[in-house]
Amino acid sequence: MSQVEVKAQEYWRWPEYRRTVAEKDLGNAKIISAGVDIGSVGSKAAVMVDGELYAYAVMRTGGVSEDTAAKVTSWALETTGLEASKLHYVVGTGYGRVNVPFAKKSITEIACHARGAHYIYGPTVRTVLDIGGQDCKAIRCDEKGKVLSFLMNDKCAAGTGRGLEVFADLIGVPIADLGKVSLSVDQDPPPVSNTCVIFAKAESLALLRQGWPRERVAAAYHAAMADRIVDLLTRVGIEKDFVVTGGVTKNMGIVQRVERLLKVKALEPKMDPILAGAMGAALFAKALYEKEQGLR
Amino acid sequence: MITAGIDIGAKSAKVVILKDGVVTARAKALVGFDILKSATEVLEEALKDAGVSRSEVQRVVATGMGRNAVLHKAPINADEAVSEVVADAAGACRVVPTVKTVIDVGAEEGRGVKVEAGRVKDFVINERCAAGAGTFIETMARALELKVEEMGPLSLKSTNTVPMNAQCCVFAESEVVSLIHSKVTKEDISKALHDAIAGRISSMILRIGVEKDVVLIGGCALNPGFRPPLEKELHTSIIVPEFPEYVSALGAAGIAANPQR
Repeated sequence: MSQVEVKAQEYWRWPEYRRTVAEKDLGNAKIISAGVDIGSVGSKAAVMVDGELYAYAVMRTGGVSEDTAAKVTSWALETTGLEASKLHYVVGTGYGRVNVPFAKKSITEIACHARGAHYIYGPTVRTVLDIGGQDCKAIRCDEKGKVLSFLMNDKCAAGTGRGLEVFADLIGVPIADLGKVSLSVDQDPPPVSNTCVIFAKAESLALLRQGWPRERVAAAYHAAMADRIVDLLTRVGIEKDFVVTGGVTKNMGIVQRVERLLKVKALEPKMDPILAGAMGAALFAKALYEKEQGLR
Repeated sequence: MITAGIDIGAKSAKVVILKDGVVTARAKALVGFDILKSATEVLEEALKDAGVSRSEVQRVVATGMGRNAVLHKAPINADEAVSEVVADAAGACRVVPTVKTVIDVGAEEGRGVKVEAGRVKDFVINERCAAGAGTFIETMARALELKVEEMGPLSLKSTNTVPMNAQCCVFAESEVVSLIHSKVTKEDISKALHDAIAGRISSMILRIGVEKDVVLIGGCALNPGFRPPLEKELHTSIIVPEFPEYVSALGAAGIAANPQR
């Protein structure tokens, strides 16, 4: 008797990447700062030269945050010829911000996301929605990117990237394609349970067994997630301009449904919005270095 | 007078046959895709066990989240549907007449009912979050590669307190995996999980207040690791009756016997 071993595909796995954004004459650089955003699911490092994005890397957070922090930073610097020791100032942020050993300071991800969103989208931003791996934040900020108020869900997986990972594995669609798949229905079916991922998963499974196509189940699941996220947003209050940051920004099925429910369009990002936290941290790092050196 | 109570929960259906106030049969089975079919099978099994036919049963009362699937629907034709809270109170009063607080923890719901002379005075429900129901322990058993019935006994072997930060089932699963990686024993993790769910249930129960006697019912009451941390959290002793998972069905059967209650 032969045994067939079926290797389960990891549909939840999202791609890791690094990029050098612009050629820079590093010899003439005044300030090289970096922000390291250790999220619960993804870690991001952004290196800035004189306040402009130079290179970055995005990878999954490993079991030991300290190691991930070092890895993601050196990956961002790979091929740039720049050494981590040459960074003038590093700020850590995110869920694992205290676990960035080479950071001089740690700043909350709320402040960094507001600051980063201000940099990416400009001074007209007033409401930032950050949907991360294990939490979701609605942040109100002023024309300088300073936080005025915020609300956050970090207790429940519903309405976070983690909920999408669970769902990707359930219906067997790679996580990067989920949003598109969910948008391929003519009309959204009624949403599944929007409070608990475990219950939403059970409901989705029941719908699949009833013979619903995956696209329709995906639409019901995404609609529930969008409902949940919009609840949080409306509690903090929406003021234009509205922008979205964080890893789940890559899922158009969520972003478009949130826009539809709010009847507000989010601004188009000029840069990868998963980097908002890391870039905010790098900008704070630059300012802190200037203060330290008496440059301003 | 012969009556039947059917409690159709999120996971299993329970039936109690009552003859002149005495339980003559009990049966339970997992609820399948077709609720009416599953419930019919359980009822038939209980009737067979009691040695009576459906026509001899004068009244059938249904409760639980699937109660409306059998109300006035053949072949069960339940005469009445009552809420879980009402059935919990009625059933608990039958098994422990001095009861004042009922805690019912099932597969997907947790409930607290304040009872006075057999009447519901107040209640509180969690039906939105799996972390406050039996599903929590089940999901964690999977992460620990244990059978769900092994969890309770294992937790009782531990005397260590390991804090659990995650409130959510999904997040707790990741936390359990990292605890396994940091070489925390399965006994200690198991205890941490039971402490965590007991903490959540008790904070819900405290909203209605705790008054003795306190009775714990529902499928989770079968887990020996659940009562001790709950007693500690609530600072009270808790009674777990025999056949705790049938108490709601018993309550429904009792209500069926007293239509003019």
